[in-house]
Amino acid sequence: MNLLNVVIFLPLAGFLGLLFVPKDKPQLTRVLSLAIALVTFVASLGLIGPYWFASPQGFQFVTNVPWIGTPPIRYHVGLDGLSLWLVILSTFLTPICVLISWKHIDRRVKEFYAFLILLEFGLVGVFVALDLFLFYVFWEVSLVPMYFLIGIWGHDRRIYAAVKFFLYTMAGSVLMLAAIIYLYNRAGTFDYTAILAMISTGRLGFTWIEEMLLFLAFFVAFAIKVPLFPLHTWLPDAHVEAPTAGSVMLASVMLKMGCYGLIRFCIPLFPSAARANADWIVVLAIIGIIYGALVAMVQPNMKKLVAYSSVSHLGFVVLGVFSFTQQGMDGAVYQMLNHGISTGALFMLVGMLYERRHSLEIEAYGGVSTPAPWLSTVFLITTLASIGLPALNNFVGEFLVLQGAAVANFTWAACAAIGVILSAVYMLWLYQRTFFGRASDDLTHHMFDLKGREWVALLPMLAMMVWMGCFSQSFLPPISAQNVKILEQSKVGVDFRVQHGGESVVVAKETVHVR
Amino acid sequence: MSGNFAPPIADYVRILPEIVLALFGTLIMLLEAIFPEDRPKPILPWVTVGGLCIALWGAVMAYLSPGTAFSNMVIVDGFATFFRVLVIVVGLLTIFASVSYLRQERANAGEYYGLILFSVCGQSLMAASNDLILVFIGLEISSIATYILAGYLRDDKRNNEAALKYFLLGSFATAFFLYGIAWIYGITGTTNLAGIRLALLNRDLGISVTLAGTAAALMFVGMAFKVSAVPFQIWAPDVYQGAPAPVSAFMSAGPKAAAFAILLRIFVTAFGPISDRWIPYLWISALLTMIVGNFAALSQSNIKRLLAYSSIAHAGYVLVAVTAHSEIGTAAAMFYLAAYAFMNVGAFAVVSYFARQGERFVNVDDLAGLGFKRPMVAAMMTIFLLSMIGVPLTGGFFGKFYIFKAALDSNLVWLTVLGLLNSAVAAYYYLRVIVVMYMHEAGDATSEIGPVSPGLRVAMWASALGTLVLGIFPTLVLNFAGQSSTLGR
Repeated sequence: MNLLNVVIFLPLAGFLGLLFVPKDKPQLTRVLSLAIALVTFVASLGLIGPYWFASPQGFQFVTNVPWIGTPPIRYHVGLDGLSLWLVILSTFLTPICVLISWKHIDRRVKEFYAFLILLEFGLVGVFVALDLFLFYVFWEVSLVPMYFLIGIWGHDRRIYAAVKFFLYTMAGSVLMLAAIIYLYNRAGTFDYTAILAMISTGRLGFTWIEEMLLFLAFFVAFAIKVPLFPLHTWLPDAHVEAPTAGSVMLASVMLKMGCYGLIRFCIPLFPSAARANADWIVVLAIIGIIYGALVAMVQPNMKKLVAYSSVSHLGFVVLGVFSFTQQGMDGAVYQMLNHGISTGALFMLVGMLYERRHSLEIEAYGGVSTPAPWLSTVFLITTLASIGLPALNNFVGEFLVLQGAAVANFTWAACAAIGVILSAVYMLWLYQRTFFGRASDDLTHHMFDLKGREWVALLPMLAMMVWMGCFSQSFLPPISAQNVKILEQSKVGVDFRVQHGGESVVVAKETVHVR
Repeated sequence: MSGNFAPPIADYVRILPEIVLALFGTLIMLLEAIFPEDRPKPILPWVTVGGLCIALWGAVMAYLSPGTAFSNMVIVDGFATFFRVLVIVVGLLTIFASVSYLRQERANAGEYYGLILFSVCGQSLMAASNDLILVFIGLEISSIATYILAGYLRDDKRNNEAALKYFLLGSFATAFFLYGIAWIYGITGTTNLAGIRLALLNRDLGISVTLAGTAAALMFVGMAFKVSAVPFQIWAPDVYQGAPAPVSAFMSAGPKAAAFAILLRIFVTAFGPISDRWIPYLWISALLTMIVGNFAALSQSNIKRLLAYSSIAHAGYVLVAVTAHSEIGTAAAMFYLAAYAFMNVGAFAVVSYFARQGERFVNVDDLAGLGFKRPMVAAMMTIFLLSMIGVPLTGGFFGKFYIFKAALDSNLVWLTVLGLLNSAVAAYYYLRVIVVMYMHEAGDATSEIGPVSPGLRVAMWASALGTLVLGIFPTLVLNFAGQSSTLGR
């Protein structure tokens, strides 16, 4: 039982424990879930250990035991530089989500926290599973609690949003399941590391068509989750209708499942297909960046605005990943974390505004800075972080992504940079309309400044924005080390094909840009 | 052949479950007659449960002396034992789900239990038969009992409609089956499954593949009716809707599993040599069954009807496994039927709990707010529904996984992709039930709901446990299925 298993199974144990808390003790439920989430977070900090001074090769905290005999499915989990921070992001945000739901969720409290903690289990599992089957299991398991979180505690159109969310993800993931089974039939194992080794040594080769279809099956499942334009339509609905904690977990962590999948599975497993498809994927990502920003600009609803801004930000991640450059990939992973912090904080702040004013329409606000100066200040810092002001976190990620994109193709970087400008437009405009101006009496009546519990939830987020903005070196080395490996892997596949492949060689050679 | 025509003792051991079930069925009928008419007879369900448990033991005893019996009529192997145990367990779950239902409908008569036992006996016989004649006898024993059960509440119009429809269409389909048997006997001169296989393999006999294929098609009509495969599925929604809810639970699991058992045995063992002829038709039937079931279920407002269409769709998934025509396909079908039995009986148990007297509340919308009024019941219903969707850690997911794995092994790529997309469509209507339970405010139907009766509780918990165990630790059942799937001898 190593530390990673503790981090995975603590939430599951907590979930089961929460089920036995009596229904009429909401306060006990809250305290207990906070305790579970905090203990899990503290435990997860221990995972940094091996990465403290070094960038160890390969997976750490590996557990590899058989689960199901035939076909051989193993409980194989492990941690590397890519998953490390994503796991910590999940465990970091869960206690914060418990805190921000403290007052907001006042009915069916027990079920809410139980689902929230179960969600943490699924999310952590997704990021560490090294068996394709296990990955799929966690992938689907994380879907169910989020579905309930949106559907039960959401706003007016919650049911529509929840079902749409479930069906979109499901439709994508069944194709991934087909691809996973196909891979198994070819490789004889579900084990990620084993399949990877087979592919890089050439023991497992695909025909061009096979590789394209497998890549697409995985890619569509992940692209829906990211979400990549034009598969993003579930996201605004899910975000707007979800309760605050649901929006935070959805934006900050669940979307990263898709990005993570792209880097972990799509590229190393199907390197030549990934490179061959990079061009149109990047184009979609850039469309997403600009389209998301433009649509965000005209939203009358704050949550919808933040949701579309996510589409835009996540476009940067996909751009970075498919630039196939070291900087681009580092930036993409870093941007995943940044987006988790800054958009998470934005959703929290919007949720706090909603708790006070009971409206998400921007029109209902104006002049909030007078009755609630601290809230406005925190919102401003978060806004600045979100638009990529230097010394705050998003700047680092966006800079690296754009740098990587520029190395790959300067036009891409130029187009994507428009998104950065637009993000300043829509965020600052939102800020202006919400916080400046004269406060109406009605608003002043409802509005009050941040309270103790809210400070406790927000301060860690602010601290992370500054820390990640100023000291990116505390986070980047393990990420870079891992990305070096993934890039190598993606090239090894191509080189091998060029040297030894059959017919596919020609196609691969022609379509892969030498970068 | 010796002059002594009395079969050896071992032969009787090999049909021990059927003997036990028939004896207990008769015993129930006698007990029913002995006890005064107007008094409640709480002993009868216990006797039935006892009989089923002994039959379970009998199935194990039979398994310990595997082989054929009664001049090759009966075969006891892992496959037979798997389905025997499955139908007996379905019988047990049904009894637990029925007791309070019958009390509430004031129909607590012994015949019900006797009929369940006879029906299980027939299914068990089907699972172990190695000869078309015996298949037919088992089919009839099972079907006739089930026809009566479907119309058990004779004062209820819906029951009458269900029973009549089931009986008329069912006997028609069985006639086709019998005609198919006659045909194959005419061609090959035998009704023994292994004998038919040998005859078809033997090129010297010069058997026309067309004639054999026609016989297979005729038999498929009969069996497709029983498993409700397209285009012979029309009866299922009406019958499942009209029959008493516990009977629907029983019908959708037990007879279906037994029918799939004989379908597998007949097509893999007897018609294995001409598989290239029937695989294309099964391919089409499997696909259409999935599509018709899932798409028709999308627009159902009655939960029993919804589950009926869903059970058609599930038959489609199992047909995919049959189409794969491999040992792993057979094993996948076996596993799926086990998982399906648990989740379906469980879901129907919840329905029969919720429907209450006269089955007043059988609309999906009636379940509104159940999630917070009766959290445990709703949680279990959610498990059953998630299992039907195919969400990991439930039996339904592993079942689907193995089926589509088998299909890909047999290079049925398109059938796999279309089947998986179908299961994504299916998510919609199952989710609708979950939505109503958890995301709608409690309505009239939920607010006055009473506690769960002990029998139903046992049925629900056992089904939920079965669904989860098959989802988290499928190895045991899967290994047994894998070892028992060599049908083509």
